[in-house]
Amino acid sequence: MANTKKVDQIVVRFSGDSGDGMQLAGSIFSTISAIVGNDICTFPDYPADIRAPQGVLTGVSGFQVHIGSDKVLTPGDQCDILVAMNPAALKMQHKYCKPTGAIIIDTDSFTEKDLQKAEFKTDDPIAELGITCEVVPCPITSLCQETLKDSGMDNKSILRCKNMLALGLVCWIYDRDLSLAENRLKAKFAKKPEVAEANIKVLRAGYDMGHNTHTAISHTYSIESDTDKKRGRYMDINGNKATAYGLMAAAEKAGMKLFLGSYPITPATDILHELAKHKSLGVVTMQAEDEIAGCASAVGAAYAGALACTSTSGPGLCLKSEAINLAVITELPLVIIDVQRGGPSTGLPTKSEQTDLLQALYGRNGESPIPVIAATSPTNCFDAAFDACRIAVEHMTPVILLSDAFIANGSAAWKLPDIEKYPDIVPPYVTPDMREGWSPYKRNPENDVRYWAVPGTPDFAHRIGGLEKSAATGAISNDPANHHSMVEARARKVEKIAQTIPALQVEGNEDADLLIVGFGGTYGHLCEAMQQMNREGKKTALAHFSYINPLPANTAEVLRKYKKIVVAEQNMGQFAGYLRTKIKDINLHQYNEVKGQPFTVATLVEEFTKIMEG
Amino acid sequence: MSEYTAQDYKFGQPRWCPGCGDHSFLGALHKAMGELGVAPHNIAVISGIGCSSRLPYYMNTYGFHTIHGRSAAIATGAKLANPDLTIWQISGDGDGLAIGGNHFIHAVRRNIDLNMILLNNRIYGLTKGQYSPTSVRGFVSKSSPYGTVEDPFRPAELCFGARGNFFARCVATDMPAAVGCLKVAAQHKGASVVEVLQNCVIFNNGTHESVYTKEGRAKNAIYLEHGKPMIFGENREFGLMQEGFGLKVVKIGENGITENDILVHDAHCKDTTLHLKLALMEGPDFPVALGIIRDVNATTYNEAVHAQVEEVKQNKKYHTFSELLETNETWEIK
Repeated sequence: MANTKKVDQIVVRFSGDSGDGMQLAGSIFSTISAIVGNDICTFPDYPADIRAPQGVLTGVSGFQVHIGSDKVLTPGDQCDILVAMNPAALKMQHKYCKPTGAIIIDTDSFTEKDLQKAEFKTDDPIAELGITCEVVPCPITSLCQETLKDSGMDNKSILRCKNMLALGLVCWIYDRDLSLAENRLKAKFAKKPEVAEANIKVLRAGYDMGHNTHTAISHTYSIESDTDKKRGRYMDINGNKATAYGLMAAAEKAGMKLFLGSYPITPATDILHELAKHKSLGVVTMQAEDEIAGCASAVGAAYAGALACTSTSGPGLCLKSEAINLAVITELPLVIIDVQRGGPSTGLPTKSEQTDLLQALYGRNGESPIPVIAATSPTNCFDAAFDACRIAVEHMTPVILLSDAFIANGSAAWKLPDIEKYPDIVPPYVTPDMREGWSPYKRNPENDVRYWAVPGTPDFAHRIGGLEKSAATGAISNDPANHHSMVEARARKVEKIAQTIPALQVEGNEDADLLIVGFGGTYGHLCEAMQQMNREGKKTALAHFSYINPLPANTAEVLRKYKKIVVAEQNMGQFAGYLRTKIKDINLHQYNEVKGQPFTVATLVEEFTKIMEG
Repeated sequence: MSEYTAQDYKFGQPRWCPGCGDHSFLGALHKAMGELGVAPHNIAVISGIGCSSRLPYYMNTYGFHTIHGRSAAIATGAKLANPDLTIWQISGDGDGLAIGGNHFIHAVRRNIDLNMILLNNRIYGLTKGQYSPTSVRGFVSKSSPYGTVEDPFRPAELCFGARGNFFARCVATDMPAAVGCLKVAAQHKGASVVEVLQNCVIFNNGTHESVYTKEGRAKNAIYLEHGKPMIFGENREFGLMQEGFGLKVVKIGENGITENDILVHDAHCKDTTLHLKLALMEGPDFPVALGIIRDVNATTYNEAVHAQVEEVKQNKKYHTFSELLETNETWEIK
């Protein structure tokens, strides 16, 4: 008989063949937990191949979810329950299971042939892998077949439901409300009620299997929910969708048509997919002939007065550089979203890194200052995208928004924003009274932003382009002094954006012996590491950056307060190097990891402790 | 009647070499715009890089001198963002067909409503004389001192290969015909490609020589007019007839051939076969075809994009960001 334990947080990882429906099982599990007030953070980890041959190691797909009664910031380093639908999944994923955790395996898929496909040498995979944690054998496939034997469905369709058996079992272990999962299935298969019904049957069978046989598992768990702090309406959202939502909200607040020029590229394509759906908001999307045209069409749309965006990943950003620079010199608003993945070249297309930072900052010819913003979490992508649009439009500049595969695909519960409370975005349009003596590079002395005469505006016909122009007249100019002053004006305009962004905040211990510094999508891991160190009595603080260029105005002042600083990033030290160029004589330690995988909190704590004590 | 004249579209002092075909083309464009009468502030002239791409600086309209090869893509975005703008996209043979070849064919394939001008002097002028993708095989230039060993593109083939619905050709110095082509191109809805044959006095003097003068054209060119028999020659003594899968030149009055036997030009024919044959004619056996070779109506990309937006607006119940949020499955924590 299993005992029920109360716990604060749990981590579950579903793994199987990429066609086994692990992403669906995982996302249903996380959503039904969020609905009851738990906090969630998810991490889908899928292979680059769409469908590798069944049962092989390269085809394993995983979905990890961290569920907590209080705030959870990461998907968790390791899981309490690992579901492994086949030997390949067991082999690839067992390392993600805690020594105290349990691995549920589908015994029906551990035949000799399955073991061979997963390149096992013996017939005892558990011993061969040296697995010491609890292993729970379950006949997942056969029970699924048994449950649906009278359904009239063919065997292939029946097997497609076996992910629900695993989900049902996990729901029993964690005392989840099964009716919530059933509702999700009914909604997902609204147009195919017979499929919904079959899935629900198997889901219940999985739950009952746990309940009736008490499977061979030693504990079940319940996760309390602290709902007081979290009142409000929520939805589940991943980073790419939140980014798309941020763009649409900004277009509405600016009263501009939203245009996205894009080209399919992993892991950014879902932004294009999402925006392409919402034509009823007047969104225009164009799938261009290449990355260059994606950006070039957006520059053209910006020129003609749209809120123009282009979405891509690292290799695409390389191709867009020249067109971005056209927007730099013509001072047109443009939002470039770079969902970073592993590089260089094609690299690791489905994995996550922060290796495009210097490309975003400096990867163009000439003196080419661009505001760079880095989103810090799946839900933060909304605000980051909104603010990228605000800066682009109000400051007449291209803006690069850095996301990454981890936050783009990861999801969390998102409190619905009250869009009424977001500020209006005000483009610096010319007004008829400006006609006398107007020229295209006449600037507002406050923020050095030029005034925008959109084609179609009577009496403001003018010519701009990639050649340097006279600050005074807007005509082509090779004058040395003019060029120097235009270089300075473009830089000053970007620097002045610092006046409009929030100050850098430090979290954690006020008298910290160690300040952790990070940027972008690593926020959750760095924050959790900081919290854990403080719990262990190691006085630590975190300064996490969302605004990279310009840096918040108080950056130097904040960093100088700390004797020891470590910059932790998923590259070889790009942000640390950047900070050194911006803040004189600052001594920074570095922790760098470029594995294509999220940080693990345990490693961070270990490394930061070494630096702290070193 | 237009309330504007050519003068209303002129701006600045062109800085091309004396004798460059760009000067005469610019004059033709000003004149065509004056006759078309679109208000200067509703016109955007968008160009790439190269000698001819300096053209927007000489237009009293909105102008955007962009980057090498990308003007078709940039113009496409501009037209989608504001379909009310009349957009002239200006490109050369290097800009449009080499570095910008991909954007050229895709703009044509989409049938975006742009007036796409291809100024073809078969040379890179601004970089001081390298062969271009339209230079003839064997062409000697600074980058091909022993002659090129590659075949050129023929712009009409690219246009029709990309399912183009409009193709016209004129000679830069042939003012009335050039103005005529530009006006029809502007009135055509969709991607209107106009190949302008022009001379480069410095680096490729004499290219297009056979049709560059009035006398030359009288002998070596044919002006095509929709619905008219295809007759040419100094004394209008020659005509075109179909023969097997091809065309042939015949002399009117010989072998019992009369004007009635001559093939009548149909620019509106959907099938491109004969349009292509006309576009590819060259001396010494055939005249060079000038005028509107193909002009077929089809739905434009910008119309289709916006029609779809309107249709979805009608069909969906959410039109604001707040309404969009409501389409998601949400839950309330109380």
